[in-house]
Amino acid sequence: MAAFIQLFVSGLATGAIYALVAVGFMLLWQTSQTINFAQGEFVMIPAFFVLWAIRFLGIDFWPAVGIGVIVSLIILGFLFKRMIVDPMIKHGVLPMVISTIALSIFLKEMVKDFYSSQAQPFPGLIPSSDLNFFGAVISTQNIFILIIASLTVVALNFLLNGTRLGRAMQATAQNPTVARILGIPVERMILYTFLINAALVALASFLISPIYLAKFTNGDVLGLAAFIAAIVGGFNQVRGAIVGGLVLGVTENLAAAYISAQYRGAIPLILLIVVILWRPHGLMGRAEERTV
Amino acid sequence: MIDFLTSRGFKIFFALFIAALLITAPFYLRNFGLYLIAMWLVISVAALGLNLTLGYAGQVSMAQGAFVGIGAYVTGLMTLAGVPWPVAFLCSGLLCFVIGWVLGYPALRVQHHYLAFVTLAFSTLVFLLMRNEEWLTKGIYGLTDVPRPILFGWNTGKAFDFYFFVLGVVTLLSLGVWWIIRSPWGRAFVALRENPVRALSLGVDTRRYTLMAFAMGSAIGGFAGALYAPLVQFFEPNSFALPLSLNLLLMVIVGGGGTFFGPFIGAATAVLLPEWLRIAQGYYLIIYAIVVMVLMLFCPTGIMGLGDRFISHFRQKRISAERAEKAKDMSQQEGK
Repeated sequence: MAAFIQLFVSGLATGAIYALVAVGFMLLWQTSQTINFAQGEFVMIPAFFVLWAIRFLGIDFWPAVGIGVIVSLIILGFLFKRMIVDPMIKHGVLPMVISTIALSIFLKEMVKDFYSSQAQPFPGLIPSSDLNFFGAVISTQNIFILIIASLTVVALNFLLNGTRLGRAMQATAQNPTVARILGIPVERMILYTFLINAALVALASFLISPIYLAKFTNGDVLGLAAFIAAIVGGFNQVRGAIVGGLVLGVTENLAAAYISAQYRGAIPLILLIVVILWRPHGLMGRAEERTV
Repeated sequence: MIDFLTSRGFKIFFALFIAALLITAPFYLRNFGLYLIAMWLVISVAALGLNLTLGYAGQVSMAQGAFVGIGAYVTGLMTLAGVPWPVAFLCSGLLCFVIGWVLGYPALRVQHHYLAFVTLAFSTLVFLLMRNEEWLTKGIYGLTDVPRPILFGWNTGKAFDFYFFVLGVVTLLSLGVWWIIRSPWGRAFVALRENPVRALSLGVDTRRYTLMAFAMGSAIGGFAGALYAPLVQFFEPNSFALPLSLNLLLMVIVGGGGTFFGPFIGAATAVLLPEWLRIAQGYYLIIYAIVVMVLMLFCPTGIMGLGDRFISHFRQKRISAERAEKAKDMSQQEGK
């Protein structure tokens, strides 16, 4: 039982990170029909912004984190939208997919060639120690991740549902034409979702890098996890992506321990295929209207 | 000039020129050069298959690399067990045809990004099977010393002989794809891509053609794998992981989806160019990624589309020049 609780909590912590990434992924899809194949690399790279700032600017960890967030907002939010998404949007989904795949190659190779191809240690945001709950050993890192992720989700939920700005963003996602008629600055709303996505991936990056180390290939797994979480949960609901992320993190961990460590990676994929075939709109999502 | 470039005569001349280059390649290239050209041909076949599924029938597949892998493993294991290559070749294609057919079923239910993710998941599952089922695939150690075929007493073991063998098989496969594209099948695929509802109302059995598009594209991927195995002679599961599928997707779109020669050009940018641009060294992929992004920005129809645009631009320029000339003549005549 103690082992189960341990696995469950660490699965929840990983799942919470997946959820953050999946929420960002889904927001981009909703407001601008962008399927971001570089989302995994977006999570990989903010940690390197921080390491870069520490190494080349010679500053302390926390100021470097601040720089990492700002650089992420500029590059992964603003520039990504302006330079790649905006000009591509009229060409449809497939060229955008190709373009973001190219972007993911670009980001990976930049880190590999200009920083390091080795896994880099990344300082934890809080000191790591273990807590003992009825025989189950749980690291403070995991608790910290769960708390931060929950706070983020609550804050995001408040922003989207509780404020005028969030309502405007939702209107933009649901029907840009009508939103524009109602006087909502649609373009700016879309930009905000890109900035939110950049903030979410930066946060996920800082949470996950202390555990898995910062490496240029990290994005491969994380990107796939974000897709799966978004689809399993339902592509059109924030809470769907959160549930998807948590379900994914926990099943992955439990499957590795109780079914097969070698096929750890296969369980989420089978889950994905089953969900797509059985409920294409996800566990929590609404059916998307089919356009003819 | 442009008229000449687009004339039938020039096209035939150009095709003959490329054919001559390929046939005489062994006489001016070393073994490594031949290996690269053979690799380009094999990857082109895999891209041709994906082009059938994606470019013509419009079904997004991110699993073509997995089919190349399945084909390579089937051929590798069978020829290592002493089965003649042609039999192994057909088995590779057949198995991929069947698996591709089954993979097509999700496409009947879901489209676009969902389909992309189902095929992506399938691709990763195949990779995991190759890596973990050691009793069959030898896991991460891979298959070594895959024999090169002996056909009717012709031993293709040496680079020189094997090159001609690959060239011959690839030519036959390309002609086969060319024929499919021009047949009613190919037309039905395009109808499926352009407007599935209308295709259905015109009596095209969209269900069957969707499955068929997947099965055929996958079978051609399997054939590519059957050539890949004796070409490299050593391979392991990592060669067929997700990056290969994504790269094949890039090749098709960069070359020009839905055009016959697009996949060849796309494969050349991924296989041949990096070798010729040795100066760029490790930075090649960075440059490649930037070029792809810029290409998608200005010309989402790929390099073939770029060529078309270039030609039509000049043609238009000439036509408007002629028109201006004519108008001038007319006004002069009126002046008289």
